[in-house]
Amino acid sequence: MTKVKVFIDDKEVIVDEGTTILEAAKKANINIPTLCYHPDQKIKGICRICIVEIEGQKNFSASCCTPVRDGMRVRTNTRRVREARKSIMEFILARHDGDCLTCIRNGNCELQKLSEELNIKEIKYDRIAENLPLDESNPSIVRNPNKCIKCGRCIEVCHDVQGVGAIDAINRSSDLKILPGLYEKLSDVACVYCGQCINVCPVGAIYEKEDIERVWDVLEDKSKHVVVQMAPAVRVSLGEIFGFKPGSIVTGKIVAFLKAIGFDRVFDTNFTADLTIVEEGNELLYRIKNGGKLPMITSCSPGWIRYIEFFYPELLEHVSTCKSPQQMFGALAKTYYAQKFGIDPKDIVVVSIMPCTAKKAEVVREGMDSSGYQDVDIVLTTRELGKMIKESRIQLEDLEEVEFDKPFGIATGAGAIFGATGGVMEAALRTVYEKVTGKELKKVEFTALRGIDEYKEAKVEMDNVKVKVAVVNGLKNAKMILDMIKEGKADYHFIEVMCCPGGCIGGGGQPIPNTNEIKKKRIEAIYNVDISYAIRKSHLNPVVNVLYEEFLQEPLGHKSHQLLHTHYINRKN
Amino acid sequence: MVNLVSRLCGKLDPLSIDDYRENGGFKSLEKALFKMKPIDVIDEIKKSNLKGRGGAAFPTGLKWQFVFMEESDEKYVICNADEGEPGTFKDKVLLDGCPLQIIEGMLIAGYAVGAKKGFIYIRGEYPKSRELLIEAVDRLKKEGYLGKNILGSDFSFDIEIRSGAGAYVCGEETALIESIEGNPGRSRFKPPYPPNKGLWGKPTLVNNVETLANIPVILEIGAENYKKYGTESSSGTKLISVSGSVVNKGVYEVEFGITLREIIYDICGGLVKDRNLKFVQLGGSSGACIPADMLDLRLDFDELRNHGIGLGSGAILVVDENTCVVDFIKVTSQFFQHESCGKCTPCREGNYHLVRTLKRITEGKGSERDLELLKNISDVMEQCSLCGLGQAAPTALITTMKYFKEEYEEHLKGYCRAGKCTFKGGVLDD
Repeated sequence: MTKVKVFIDDKEVIVDEGTTILEAAKKANINIPTLCYHPDQKIKGICRICIVEIEGQKNFSASCCTPVRDGMRVRTNTRRVREARKSIMEFILARHDGDCLTCIRNGNCELQKLSEELNIKEIKYDRIAENLPLDESNPSIVRNPNKCIKCGRCIEVCHDVQGVGAIDAINRSSDLKILPGLYEKLSDVACVYCGQCINVCPVGAIYEKEDIERVWDVLEDKSKHVVVQMAPAVRVSLGEIFGFKPGSIVTGKIVAFLKAIGFDRVFDTNFTADLTIVEEGNELLYRIKNGGKLPMITSCSPGWIRYIEFFYPELLEHVSTCKSPQQMFGALAKTYYAQKFGIDPKDIVVVSIMPCTAKKAEVVREGMDSSGYQDVDIVLTTRELGKMIKESRIQLEDLEEVEFDKPFGIATGAGAIFGATGGVMEAALRTVYEKVTGKELKKVEFTALRGIDEYKEAKVEMDNVKVKVAVVNGLKNAKMILDMIKEGKADYHFIEVMCCPGGCIGGGGQPIPNTNEIKKKRIEAIYNVDISYAIRKSHLNPVVNVLYEEFLQEPLGHKSHQLLHTHYINRKN
Repeated sequence: MVNLVSRLCGKLDPLSIDDYRENGGFKSLEKALFKMKPIDVIDEIKKSNLKGRGGAAFPTGLKWQFVFMEESDEKYVICNADEGEPGTFKDKVLLDGCPLQIIEGMLIAGYAVGAKKGFIYIRGEYPKSRELLIEAVDRLKKEGYLGKNILGSDFSFDIEIRSGAGAYVCGEETALIESIEGNPGRSRFKPPYPPNKGLWGKPTLVNNVETLANIPVILEIGAENYKKYGTESSSGTKLISVSGSVVNKGVYEVEFGITLREIIYDICGGLVKDRNLKFVQLGGSSGACIPADMLDLRLDFDELRNHGIGLGSGAILVVDENTCVVDFIKVTSQFFQHESCGKCTPCREGNYHLVRTLKRITEGKGSERDLELLKNISDVMEQCSLCGLGQAAPTALITTMKYFKEEYEEHLKGYCRAGKCTFKGGVLDD
């Protein structure tokens, strides 16, 4: 690669030809403000906040999309540049509702931060914010068009990463709006509620439907027995909200907090992740033995389920009928748990803490009431939990670590790794291998299935059967594998699909920023959680085994089918 | 006036291949295909000093060379017939008068740069011209001028006609490319430039209708003879569309070097009813407004540039004393507000605020601060916008604020010397 020499604010920098001014400046430790730029996305060059002056050039250039030339002299911090950036920022702010104090992103908003950094004191232009109605049409996601700055990040993630295309830019000029298709509401289009748009939105234009107040309400209500479950991916990310390094494991502190604010029992979704593996593993073995539909595909990611229901309903038979761990938990909490501890299920409230926005829609799906009640009542995202902690003014870092309650707090490392892409598959293989071969699996790590690569596969020899598996994350990759199935080219037995890039650690309800760099650290932490467990195979979870003995009787049995399995809907039409 | 590029317009049946051949048509193509290597063709165009006639005035030969030098399995030639600049209608004359000459230019361009496929992107508002082009392409295919092994040579080239749904910004080359690809017409940032990565990421030559119509002429008479037309910096001729308060409106082919005064008074017969000229807007709505005392400026890229003025599409709008400058700029800004694609912040929001502020001034509600705002908004738009539309949208405003500042100031005092602006208390006297 040819090297070029450039001068940025008189600092000499040598970079590869083709490097952008923004990247070159970063190398010289010169910080240029950005807004439409996102480290995991394509360069857009549309907000124009990152403009710089180039010697010999009349107009400014956007540093994010302008490659350096040999000998180029760039100025990033002249009065002209600063004034122009302020003006552009004021253009954006003039149309923005500026309602920071009551905004969900207050304190974690790129626009707010930039406004402070640019020292905006007034908005020269007429304030033209319209008071447009919010889109609260669905259970998961709210769109607030009054805060949208039209940076296009949400469009890119929805189209290019998820291949869903539920939102797009319509109209032109000052009428340009980012909307769900030609409709006004997300519930009118094929949105899977994955919340990836939320993760990349620099402002509060799109966010999860907040359920914090509902949780405070049930905690206040003494007639209710409130239990909470926490998904595997929450414990490795929540700390970021409180200044912990990405990948810090704060499980015990979260449990302590949840107990402190009055939950009657604090349980671990890892437990029902183990249960899912037992059911799903048996389902896979059943399908292999009895000529059932293969490849079988995992069903624990609700965004993925909505995707296949919308776009490939003809392949729904490939999807495991197992409910997700969240839903298995809910169904058991209001049946087995209620019976065992003599609590009237109508008085039980099940709260979930999930890294996911689609989970909020999952709880109200048809069939998620096999306990006789809505199995899970309220879902909070990791971010909402963070807000509750802040609201309570309890200092997370000061809390002594506490363990989950029994019996649903007993889990294995296999349950824990559900939080990362490839984890469900690895957990399943640990169980299926031992079920098929009757031998002990010594090396439990299937490293080929780990990491944020979009597409991974592995072959595992089990007696005389070579079990071939694949793992994909991000719906664009799910689409790819579904097309392979349609073309008869997917000779896999089992496929894991996670809706969100990186799996649940990259979920739409996770702390923002939620970049690839951060996701990698969360994944690393998930595998550290796995190692910390004494038992790392789901079928060896003693409580799961007791559950079968006392209640469910056998995997895929009548009771299991009734409580732990579900059916799907063709949403194409 | 001259008759070089437009010499066949109106003289023969635009669709008759025989008529065209009898008048020297396709001689240049034959010359290129059988007597010249692609690089020779490019050299000849470079020697002619032809500059793009779409508005940006980039040296055509150099652009061709960029595309030629790219290695790619696929390259494209696009004829930009999305003539949408208000006051500009010169491409229509060529499209309707000599479509075969434009296509011949495209064929030569395709041969020179190594493309096998061309697109003519014609604005939806020219339905008849579009029909004519479709018919022309059809006939040329039958006669072996398009398709495989053109005239028995190794060169194959096909043309498809595409049209937009009426967005001005699609005349901007990257927005045009987006539109052909089936996307909404919104500009891309550059680089990469189309010659490197254009249509579907392949090297793409985008030339204006008039530029392409010049190509057969240059090969026919040779670059040296071609350069005898015009000036040293601006060779050849220019089709200009003259409109506004002149007696003889229309499209004229003139040699570079002619003055604005000669065009308006000699060719177009002066202003209607002998009115006084207030200013000339050069290059359409995105062009500069030149006051009457600058009419001796010559049509010449360098001379105009020295005055900070671009020739643009070559449109000349003559505006007389009965027009209010502020009202005129308000209407211009409304046009750009309507046509901005909305992708980048300065253009999306800037046009909106310009219109809002100008409206306030024309309604007698303006203040000193509004003049500062206009200056500020237009500066940001000009210097920070992503594409030419946003950069050029405030040009007319900037130039009128420079040359007619007093009229803006008069409006702040409730006075419109042209009597166009309606103030709360009616038009006030000085």
